[in-house]
Amino acid sequence: MDLRRKFLIFVPYAWLLVLFLIPFGIVLKISLSDTALAIPPYTPKLDWSDGWSGIISYFSQLDFENYVFLTEDSLYYVAYLSSLKIATISTIATLIVGYPIAYAMAKSPSHLRPTLMMLVILPFWTSFLIRVYAWMGILSQEGLLNQFLLWIGLIATPLTILNTNWAVYIGIVYTYLPFMILPIYAALEKMDGSLMEAAEDLGCSAISAFWLVTVPLSKPGVIAGSFLVFIPALGEFVIPSLLGGSKTIMIGKVLWEEFFSNRDWPVASAVAVILLVLLIIPIMLFQRNERKQREMEQ
Amino acid sequence: MWRGVFVHADGATMTQQQKKTVFEPWDEPNEQPIIQFKNVTKRFGSFTAIEDLTLDIYRKEFFALLGPSGCGKTTLMRMLAGFETPTEGSILLDNKDIAAVPPNKRAVNMMFQSYALFPHLTVFENIAFGLRRSNMPKADIPGRVEEMLRLTQLMPFAKRKPHQISGGQRQRVALARSLAKAPKLLLLDEPLGALDKKLRNDTQFELMDIQEKTGTTFVIVTHDQEEAMTVASRVAVMDQGRIVQVSTPDRIYESPNSVYVADFIGDINLIKGKAYHVAGEQSEIHWAEGQAPILATSATPCPDGADVTFAIRPEKVAISAERPEDMANAVSGKILDIAYLGNISTYHVELPSGDIVKAQATNTRRVARRRFTWEDEVWLSWTDTAGLILTT
Repeated sequence: MDLRRKFLIFVPYAWLLVLFLIPFGIVLKISLSDTALAIPPYTPKLDWSDGWSGIISYFSQLDFENYVFLTEDSLYYVAYLSSLKIATISTIATLIVGYPIAYAMAKSPSHLRPTLMMLVILPFWTSFLIRVYAWMGILSQEGLLNQFLLWIGLIATPLTILNTNWAVYIGIVYTYLPFMILPIYAALEKMDGSLMEAAEDLGCSAISAFWLVTVPLSKPGVIAGSFLVFIPALGEFVIPSLLGGSKTIMIGKVLWEEFFSNRDWPVASAVAVILLVLLIIPIMLFQRNERKQREMEQ
Repeated sequence: MWRGVFVHADGATMTQQQKKTVFEPWDEPNEQPIIQFKNVTKRFGSFTAIEDLTLDIYRKEFFALLGPSGCGKTTLMRMLAGFETPTEGSILLDNKDIAAVPPNKRAVNMMFQSYALFPHLTVFENIAFGLRRSNMPKADIPGRVEEMLRLTQLMPFAKRKPHQISGGQRQRVALARSLAKAPKLLLLDEPLGALDKKLRNDTQFELMDIQEKTGTTFVIVTHDQEEAMTVASRVAVMDQGRIVQVSTPDRIYESPNSVYVADFIGDINLIKGKAYHVAGEQSEIHWAEGQAPILATSATPCPDGADVTFAIRPEKVAISAERPEDMANAVSGKILDIAYLGNISTYHVELPSGDIVKAQATNTRRVARRRFTWEDEVWLSWTDTAGLILTT
């Protein structure tokens, strides 16, 4: 192996080491520490001046106390379960909204596709926070949506959407829709059009050809899109805190409160480590899906 | 090169005596065609893909639609499959107009150029796909699929996915899948286009064999004239939405009805001139100043002075060092180029008039001992029946 290739492989690993593994090591270490009224607010801290005995006493003070605490207070597992529920429901909703859009894009004349693609990506050109604030304006009691529904006479009194889970679902679906559309579109777009004709030629109606050929062939795109929505939605913090109410419990919010309101860094770190462990399963499934798809294409 | 079917000889002498009878349903007045195109026109916007086309295709035929890309042959096939409907005219399948029948209700199956195998299904499931959509009892499906697998020699690959088999095997899966429902008519869109030359040759014979075994009517679309000649019982040569000639491969080759067909099929020398009637079927073609006229025969003599094209295949032109005595036509010239193809060589001979005539000779000797080489003065000769007089 020549130097050039070694260097090329070294770069991503170095990136991973500096930006993921070292920070994660620090978080893991903090999660094993105890709170203290100090800056930073935890103990023990490594003291090199004591030499070898200092290092030994440092490690002897680390324990799993915080993880045990997570199991004792029901708040945490309620938050984890509620996050899982909200992420799952939002992922399904995003799929229901995103699939027809991706399908329409793939079926549209090829000269229109770059424009449609642009429109899907366009929201990313403005700040995410501003867009979430805009949703507050739309969903509030006096918001645009309620005014519109009142004006067309569909409702008599304004609906309470903002500060409920509904607003969180809407926010997540809106924010992550492009992540669902793009992989499904990619899968549908490269599908050979003669496959549908072949299915029809062999006796399928248009609907059964869709279920028997199009849907299975877009499955890798659906799986990829679902994970791309589910994984960040599970740890989502901004959307539930801005659009959700006091009843919306998500682990991202709990994490934030532990860190900044309670200043309990060790417990917050433990929450973060568990969240990461929970995310490893879908991430691995996602990777497996990608690998299988690559094999199919060879 | 038409293909015949075997029929059994009289019972008493069944041992070796088997008589080859001619398969020519198009010459039988009582034979009912399976497919009839009646004045079919197909337009896409302002573009006319098929123009007023009338054509009969008979049961058990292996019918080839041959032409350059854009000649309308694919449109014609897609109309048979049901993916396009004629703008004018009608298409009859077994005497019934099929214009209103959607593709999934037609007793017609198609083998796609890209094969269009379902990548998420195994070879077995691909072949069973059409059967599962039919009203065949569930229990009979595996048996039928296995029959198709055996026919196409795909038994060992039944459990593989399309991406795990070779191009030639994929081609056979596509064939098996389209044949599984035992269609009245099988359409093959450039079926061998994606295969390399050697595999293509082998597969041509396999296709013919399978067509004969199943007795299905095949319609093949191809731009490869050699392929059409090899497999087909009849060939339709198409040009710009029209059929120029429909005939057996040998007649298409030996007696093309136009310069277009003559030029499209195989290699040919075309010499323009004016025809003058001599006697009986013989005519003279005056083609260049100071050159003896070409003596040729034509069943229907054309009026004196008519503009004609004399067409002769290179393999029917003999090449010799001395002027041959007994040939009706002989011209001398200089060898300009030699195309060595192994078994044969094509000599490009320049005549004093500047015309270049191609002559083909089999290489019975080794190249080193070849009789003629570049710049040699040679004589080209042919009989009066070797060539054709074409008026269109």
